Amino acid sequence: MSASHDSDTLLLEDIIRPENLVFEKTACLTDNTLSYCPGCGHGTAHRILMEVVEEMGIQGQTIGIAPVGCSVLAYDFMNVDMQQAAHGRAPAVATGIKRVMPEKYVFTYQGDGDLAAIGTAETIHACNRGENITIIFINNGIYGMTGGQMAPTTLAGMRTSTSPFGRDTEMMGHPLRITEMVATLPGVCFATRQAVHTPAAVRKAKKAIQTAFELQRQRKGLSLVEIVSNCNSGWKMMPRKANDWMEENMFPFYPLGDIKK
Amino acid sequence: MAKARGAIVVDVEGCKGCDLCVGACPTHVIELSRKVNSKGYHFAYMEHPDACIGCAHCAMVCPDSVITVYRWKPAPKPREATTA
Amino acid sequence: MKGNEAIAEAAIRAGVDAYYGYPITPQSEVMEYLMAERPHLRTGMVVLQAESEVASINMVYGAAGCAKKAMTSSSSPGVSLMQEGISYIAGAELPCLVVNVARGGPGLGTIQPSQADYFQATKGGGHGDYRLIVLAPNSVQEQADFVSLSFDLAFRYRTPVMILSDGALGQMMEKVELPPQRERMTAEEIEAQYGHWATLGKPASRERNIITSLKLKAEQMEAHNLHLQRKYAQIQEAETRYQSLRCDDADYVLVAYGLSSRICQKAVDLARAQGIKVGLLRPITLWPFPTAPIAELARAAKGFISVEMSAGQMVEDVRLAVNGLRPVHHFGRMGGMITSPSQVLEQIKTLFLNPQASLNGGAH
Repeated sequence: MSASHDSDTLLLEDIIRPENLVFEKTACLTDNTLSYCPGCGHGTAHRILMEVVEEMGIQGQTIGIAPVGCSVLAYDFMNVDMQQAAHGRAPAVATGIKRVMPEKYVFTYQGDGDLAAIGTAETIHACNRGENITIIFINNGIYGMTGGQMAPTTLAGMRTSTSPFGRDTEMMGHPLRITEMVATLPGVCFATRQAVHTPAAVRKAKKAIQTAFELQRQRKGLSLVEIVSNCNSGWKMMPRKANDWMEENMFPFYPLGDIKK
Repeated sequence: MAKARGAIVVDVEGCKGCDLCVGACPTHVIELSRKVNSKGYHFAYMEHPDACIGCAHCAMVCPDSVITVYRWKPAPKPREATTA
Repeated sequence: MKGNEAIAEAAIRAGVDAYYGYPITPQSEVMEYLMAERPHLRTGMVVLQAESEVASINMVYGAAGCAKKAMTSSSSPGVSLMQEGISYIAGAELPCLVVNVARGGPGLGTIQPSQADYFQATKGGGHGDYRLIVLAPNSVQEQADFVSLSFDLAFRYRTPVMILSDGALGQMMEKVELPPQRERMTAEEIEAQYGHWATLGKPASRERNIITSLKLKAEQMEAHNLHLQRKYAQIQEAETRYQSLRCDDADYVLVAYGLSSRICQKAVDLARAQGIKVGLLRPITLWPFPTAPIAELARAAKGFISVEMSAGQMVEDVRLAVNGLRPVHHFGRMGGMITSPSQVLEQIKTLFLNPQASLNGGAH
């Protein structure tokens, strides 16, 4: 920092100096370009998760599990040892790992189709056993990877490629609030719902992930951080419009905040 | 009173032009370029660099982690610096 | 000791790190024994009752991805549920052991012994081009011995291994000499012996390890498949196991594995007592299948019978080995029924020594 400068006459070269650095990409993310659509919340969720790993200094003790879905390639981006699980089975895979290596930090990163449809049994039972793992649950109310089909979390009336006239709850059932469900289980020590669409939301979500990993360190049981996110391609909206739509429509049904702490 | 000044550096090739940083910037520094990168995305850049305060809001919401943020803070006045 | 219990005790002694299972008759004694024995106090071995076979095989996947000795056991319908996970394990090249104490099917079937899971075990019960090494014990002793052998093979080739037993062998009580206790391996020993591929946590000194069966690009997927096929060819070359009983001068060769091979041993004795030259070729590995020794026998023998507790599954591999040179028949019962040595002898006589039948005796 140079005291000889006045702020109004500073050149960019004077500002862009190593000593003035306040934010850069964490080294716990790889250099690979993310495969997600522009504006997708997955990228931000990846980043804050890896920032927590970096700040806790646990890169060498962390094992992640990527699901089937858009984040199937999460291991291309997260610079930690990772396993790719069969669709829905990430909590079982995490259980298998954590039980043989209880001193490691184990997390799953799962979408709503993976966690709340095909993997409901694995999710509920890992929660109920109080497996000492952290589940990061990305809920965007749709199947992104396969092209925008209805998910268990799809809102009533919401149009998807398999509910083209809107989700008819009489015929297709109701959207599933799985975080509230698992919060009732004694094995779950922390259940929270966050978002990553604004700077304030990102800060809170990151704090929640920190809390989850800290509870894992203390062997308190299963911690689940749901992140309500957008799916611009699936929702067929521009990213900022999608975030507005998310606030107006998703948040009333999926209210943000801690459900169990 | 001297104010904080900031600047961002955008990894142009990694930017997907999602526009979230534009919406998140409290001082309206960032715009999407009329130019495109090799993938065809209109990348983010500082249209009004003088207004940047280095708050990193843009980087916080950037899904692709392509924004690096710098912040220059004026040196504290000498009498403040001698307290304690 | 009961067959299922021998598997469980052998697992503890093999230095297994984790057993993940789900109850199903006729193999529930495996987990019951382990739970009662509390191996976490003896060796630190983890035993966990999962919510389903689907979960247990995926728990095995997770632990195997950390280069831990992980296993599960089940019976036919449960093993069907595991096929997805087994395919992933084969694709991701992870070592593990799956024990199938088979029962009669299809569907919920029966709890009685059966050998109708031969196709599922040897032909890739799940999707994709993969193989399991399949070991077929025919005694309680072998059920115990094969546990440690399975892990040696699984880690040598980074491939899933199956012990294909049946409800009779699982429930049978026999004398068994248990193997000595092997120590569980530390992470350092695992890396020293098997390399740095497992997800044990990424130190700064190496790139991250990734366990996956996904290759999005067709060229990569083909290259991975070619790699797997080369590995399977190596296994066929080096690991084919079988037992030959009085085949040297045999006119007629029985081919049988597991429980059926014990019945056929007796049938060989009965036949020899009547002057009929019968031998027994017993595959110990069902995959890799002992094709070459059967082809060799086909040069001198007059005919073959594949004796199985199924509608005739292994008989197809025997026919491929004999390759049209001699008649190959199937004999067996299904749905949990077990044939007797005298019925096998009758079958030999009917098929080969009855002039009327021999006129029609083709390859069917």
